[in-house]
This record gives sequence, structure tokens and C-alpha cells, in this order.
Amino acid sequence: MEPIALQFCDVTYRVNRRTLVFNLSFQVRRGETLVILGRSGCGKTTTLKLINRLLNPTSGEVRVEGVPTSQWQPIQLRRKIGYGIQEVGLFPHFTIARNIGLVPTLEGWHPDRIHSRVLELLAMVGLPLEFADRYPHQLSGGQRQRVGVARALAADPPILLMDEPFGALDPITRLEMQQEFWHLQQRLQKTVVFVTHDIQEALTLASQIALMQGGRMVMQETPRDFLYSPEPEAQAFLKGLQTLKTIDGWLRGEPQ
Amino acid sequence: MTGIDFLSRYGPEMGQRTLEHLFLVAASLGIAIAIGIPLGILVTRLPFLSKPILGFANLVQTIPSLALFGFLIPIPFIGGIGARTAIVALTLYSLLPIIRNTYTGILGVDPAIREAGKAMGMTDWQLLTQIEIPLSLGVILAGIRVATVIGVGVATIASLIGAGGLGDLIFRGVAILDTQRILAGAIPATLLALLADAGLGWLEQQLTVRR
Repeated sequence: MEPIALQFCDVTYRVNRRTLVFNLSFQVRRGETLVILGRSGCGKTTTLKLINRLLNPTSGEVRVEGVPTSQWQPIQLRRKIGYGIQEVGLFPHFTIARNIGLVPTLEGWHPDRIHSRVLELLAMVGLPLEFADRYPHQLSGGQRQRVGVARALAADPPILLMDEPFGALDPITRLEMQQEFWHLQQRLQKTVVFVTHDIQEALTLASQIALMQGGRMVMQETPRDFLYSPEPEAQAFLKGLQTLKTIDGWLRGEPQ
Repeated sequence: MTGIDFLSRYGPEMGQRTLEHLFLVAASLGIAIAIGIPLGILVTRLPFLSKPILGFANLVQTIPSLALFGFLIPIPFIGGIGARTAIVALTLYSLLPIIRNTYTGILGVDPAIREAGKAMGMTDWQLLTQIEIPLSLGVILAGIRVATVIGVGVATIASLIGAGGLGDLIFRGVAILDTQRILAGAIPATLLALLADAGLGWLEQQLTVRR
């Protein structure tokens, strides 16, 4: 068994007397992809932000590599953790190269090393190298998203947090990105926490699916077990897939 | 009277007064930028200061310009008769648009971008200098542009407290009912304001980040 990379111990987060997440306890092993699935406003993004100290737990403890986040120096912690969000997170006044090379630059890498790393990453996420000198607004949504993934991977962090990174893409590009991300993950074996409300995305990418509802984690299962879960919220998500199956059935001319 | 006559009669004085005028505006604007931008940034970091600081700048803006010059005259060190008092008053006038635009410009940076920077491990200083200021430069410059145009206008009144500038020509012209003399002050003042507005407007466009 791989060692534990991330651990939530009875974590509650409250702001303005409103509790956003209740008593979260779960763990992620090294190299695993945990997908946090839930409706909008269920606390999944909050959970993610508790990991890199964009938020601090009201009670309980988040441990990164065995050390409580409260004992990590926040800047150091964040540079160890790649962070990918929807395309809006790119800096519009930075070239693609500067966007991707951000964390290495902050870490004080030598410019030559940053340059070669940027080219390596562009190739890794399937973008032409001449994109390095362009600006985000000159790229399409899908291309920007690849840049976002490259930026998160730049300093080769052991942990990746992804907050609905493919949320703003059209369904076809989205599927492509999911598949490429899966292949990338097979190769890089990062510890990934991936937030989404898309059940299909969760089933594609996850080694574990954590289902959240109303600020609580209602279950954590492998994708296979998730499919057979009697949990009502899981069933609600799976209904979306059944619609697809029905349409598939119509197309094949099966009786309705 | 032809244009040539007009220029030969008023030209030298117009040039001299324009330079004085420019000096008043440039000096006060320089000080207002040096004070206003840091104050605007400070207010984004310490929100409890936003009410007192913006409130003060607002209040100054509501004082009629003539009265403000009058108020300053009896104050030791900064007051008295002459250019120094005028520069203090003009600086006070220029503060509001500069502070306010710095403040709103920085607060107007997309929170998702700020949060992305923070999540990548940028320090507050790096966020400010690499993200927030570059992205709000257009808005900050718009504030400086407003302050400049106001400054060029208000500086004409500074002649009443002996600070010189194009106001000298205008007020003397008014006193002796000499329209040409009024024009000799008013035309360069208008041109200055228009030029400053156009020039800074162009710069603003160059510095506004496309997205």
C-alpha cells in the first residue's frame, strides 16, 4: 500500500456562522486520484481550498505528508501543490511561457531551466511550442485549459488540486481533455484531488470517488462500487448516465 | 487685429504663463501620485481605512477651489502667498481621483486571478506588483488623467493667491474688460487640458490589458 499523502481528520469549516463543511475525515494515498463529486454549493471547492490553506479549518486538522497544514509555511505548502482551475485563472498580461513558468520563477529557477521546462510542458499537454510567446486571449478555451494543466504541473509538485478545470469547455473538448489528463496521470502518478459535478468525468478519472452533499462526505468508493451504491445522492447522479444509456438504446433500435 | 498681431503682443507672456501653469500642475500631480497611489493600495490591504481616507479625499473635493486657496493662506509652513500654497491645494484636489481609481482598480482585478496567484504560492508583495498593479494600470491611469484635467482648470484660479500661471492673463483681462487678454490665457489653458487628456488617454489604452 502506498503511504498516505493527504489526510482530513474531523475537519469542520465555518464562516460567518455558516458551516460549509462538517466533520470531514478521509485520506488520499500517494498516486491516487480522488474525485470529489457533488452538486454546486456542497462544499467541494471549500474542501479543496482547505488543503493548500487558501482556507484554514475551524476545527480538526488537514495533514499534508503527515504534517498538519497549520504547521506548514503557507507559501512553501502552496508551491509544493499544483493548482488547476478554470481558464479564468490564467494571467491575461503574461505570455503563455510566463504563465506556465510561474511557480519555477517564484522558486528562483535559472531562466534556461525554466525555458526548457516550459517547452517540455507544452509538448506534454499537446500544444505547439510557438504558443510560448502568445497571450491567453489569443488561445481557444481548450488550449487555455491545457496551459492551466501545464502551469499546475510546472514545478513537478507531488500533489495536484484541480477545481473543475474542464468546467467551461464544450462537451467534446472536455472529453478529450479528460482522456489526456488520464493518460498524463498514468504516467506521472501524482496525488490528485479533482473536484467536479460531472459524474461521467468522475467515473473516467477517479481511482476513488468521494461524494459530498450539504457539506458532508456521504461516501468514498472506487468508481466500480459507486455504480452499485444504494446511496440516494449517488443514485441521483447515476440517473444522468442512465439517460445516456436510454438514448443509446433508442439509437440501436432497442424497445423503449 | 490679425493673429500675428495677437501673438506678437501676447506671445511672450503666454509662453511664460504657460510654463508657470505647467509647473504648478506637474508639481502637484507628481506629489499627488506619490501620495495617492500608495494610499489607494494601502486601503485595499486595510479596508477599515477606506472610509476615513476616501472620505477625506471626497470632502476636499467638495470645497470650492477659491475657498480652499483661501483656507490655506493662514496655515503656517504650507500656506502663505505664492506657488507653494497653490501646489498644496492642487495636490489635495488631485488626490481623490488617484486614490479612488487605484483602490477600485485593484479591487476590480478578477478575484479568480488573484486567488490563482495566491494558490500558486505568490507572496502578497508579488501579487501586488506582478498581478494587481499591472492589471489595474489602465484604471489608475484614468484617475491620473481626470486629476490632470481638473488640475489644469483649477490652476488658473491659483493666480488669485499670487501663484502665477495662465490665470494671470485671464483675471487681468476680466478686470480691465479686455477680451483678447482673456483669450490669451484661456486658449493655452484649454489646449493644455485637451493635450493632457488625449496624451494620457492614449497611454491608458496602451497599458490596459487585453483579455
